[in-house]
Amino acid sequence: MKQFFSFIRKEFSHVFRDRKTLLMLFGVPVVQIVLFGFALTNEIKNSNIVIVDNAKDMASQQIITKLASTQYFKINKALLSSSQIDDAFKSGDIKLAIVFPENFYNDLLHTNKAQIQIIADASDPNTGNTLTNYVTSVVADYQAQLNATIKAPEQINLDTRMLYNPDLKGAPNFVPGVIAMVMLLVCVMMTSISIVREKELGTMEVLLVSPFKPIYVILAKAVPYLVLSLINLTVILLLSYFALDLPIRGSLILLYAESILYIVTCLALGLLVSTGAKSQYGAMTISLVGMMLPTLMLSGYMFPIENMPLVLRILSNIVPAKWFYIIIKDVMLKGLDITYIWKETLILFGMAMFFLMLSLRNFKTRLE
Amino acid sequence: METVIRTKDLTKRFGDFVAVDKITFEVQKGEIFGFLGANGAGKTTAMRMLCGLSRPTSGEAMVAGIDVYHKPEDIKKNIGYMSQKFSLYEDLTVLENIKFYAGIYGLTDKQIKDKSDELVEKLGLQSQAKVLVKLLPLGWRQKLAFSVAIVHEPKVVFLDEPTGGVDPSTRKQFWDMIYDASERGITIFVTTHYLDEAEYCDRICIMVDGKIKALDTPFQLKQNFKADNITEVFYQLARTAKRGDD
Repeated sequence: MKQFFSFIRKEFSHVFRDRKTLLMLFGVPVVQIVLFGFALTNEIKNSNIVIVDNAKDMASQQIITKLASTQYFKINKALLSSSQIDDAFKSGDIKLAIVFPENFYNDLLHTNKAQIQIIADASDPNTGNTLTNYVTSVVADYQAQLNATIKAPEQINLDTRMLYNPDLKGAPNFVPGVIAMVMLLVCVMMTSISIVREKELGTMEVLLVSPFKPIYVILAKAVPYLVLSLINLTVILLLSYFALDLPIRGSLILLYAESILYIVTCLALGLLVSTGAKSQYGAMTISLVGMMLPTLMLSGYMFPIENMPLVLRILSNIVPAKWFYIIIKDVMLKGLDITYIWKETLILFGMAMFFLMLSLRNFKTRLE
Repeated sequence: METVIRTKDLTKRFGDFVAVDKITFEVQKGEIFGFLGANGAGKTTAMRMLCGLSRPTSGEAMVAGIDVYHKPEDIKKNIGYMSQKFSLYEDLTVLENIKFYAGIYGLTDKQIKDKSDELVEKLGLQSQAKVLVKLLPLGWRQKLAFSVAIVHEPKVVFLDEPTGGVDPSTRKQFWDMIYDASERGITIFVTTHYLDEAEYCDRICIMVDGKIKALDTPFQLKQNFKADNITEVFYQLARTAKRGDD
């Protein structure tokens, strides 16, 4: 046990001596949170939209007033033909069009079903998606008010995706994303580099000749990065709580437990990378291209998975960050408990075990 | 005399390639045993088998009284190892390196403290104990790497080409340290391709194509081969090699 502590102390010395890496470890998440939170937010304000109100009744007017009262839209009311809408989109004047059919309120009252057509400029899918979500959530809000006063349940066709983000803030979605990314960075890249460095320096051989068991080498390598990741997680959570006013709705213990599970998965991946890489540079490249990139693309954090082609949707299932991203969003933003996320947890657990077995086996065969 | 290393027909194959071909030798306690050979002659492979880094294909080997097949883990406590890269952590200080290696060999806190004080003093590094290893000249690193390899007072220390890239005067100092360790009863097993250095060994073993071609004291070898120095002996033998320089 004492030998183990000597090793861990040494690992921490490595980390703390390397100022640049340390700055990257703690600087990157802070910068990301601040940037995303204040500057690069994917909230879209004052977008030009056009409303084609064929109904001109009470319901349509109320919805338009609601839309106008948000800061997201600059509303142009016009009665345009569909070809005129087309032109407006093509010239880039408008990002979104909302069309109320004739007899909108009537339909709503008597058939209990009414439709609003939303046309979005999807040349920038994120903007289109975000704006559409804004509109749907305003309509949903209106519907909720309506159903509170009128007995008969009335339906306006809508998407309830923004249900858990009623303030339409951008922050809730990227904080879990940043957490997933940073942990991947720390655990996969840092761990693999630190193991490969021992091989490059020749110190790995010396360690293997010593009575210190190879499995302890791995464990001792993992502990500091586990600790660093947890510190990082805490920093991110504090920052998003105090700087971005983002509440943590679920249980903190569950949040940390799930994070540890994800960290273990990442550590196993890091070990796997280290068995395949011959140089520190190679380890970094594999981590960045082979791990970071798919995570960035397929975890659902940057691009919505449901909008992807089928192949990518299937592929996204093997990205651990996807599951962690779902879990952490559910716990942090929706405040759900384990009974809602046990499936995702189980999948992540399975992945952790699988990668751990695989990398340990590879590590052993590499020693021979 | 106590036999510290004994091998009989020790062999290592990689597929069809026989890296080490039935080598048999014995090394006595406190002896400085030189292992010579061109690149690819199999000396590193032989050494790795004795260190427990590689499993022999066949044959027998015993190190520090322990069989390499059955209890390789027990051997590890009794041997030290220094690789040709000097294997120190460059971003740690001199003292931290000593403490780390002493630590993973399971020395007690008091032993670690005494040992590191002793080593720093012996190496004359008092003023540099808290200096990062990467700032030390190569010669000092080499001496430190050797000191660290024997920090736990092993029965045998394996040195894999320990003097690469170091100037002759520093090499001389390094050999003084080796003699010192040998007098304390530590057996030295050293591979080198500096042939002049081979003269410093008590006995040398010359490997060609995985086989032992000569094994004797430097004096006796020179007599047998009617040569003025070991370099000549080596080239006489090396000429017979069939394997390329790889």
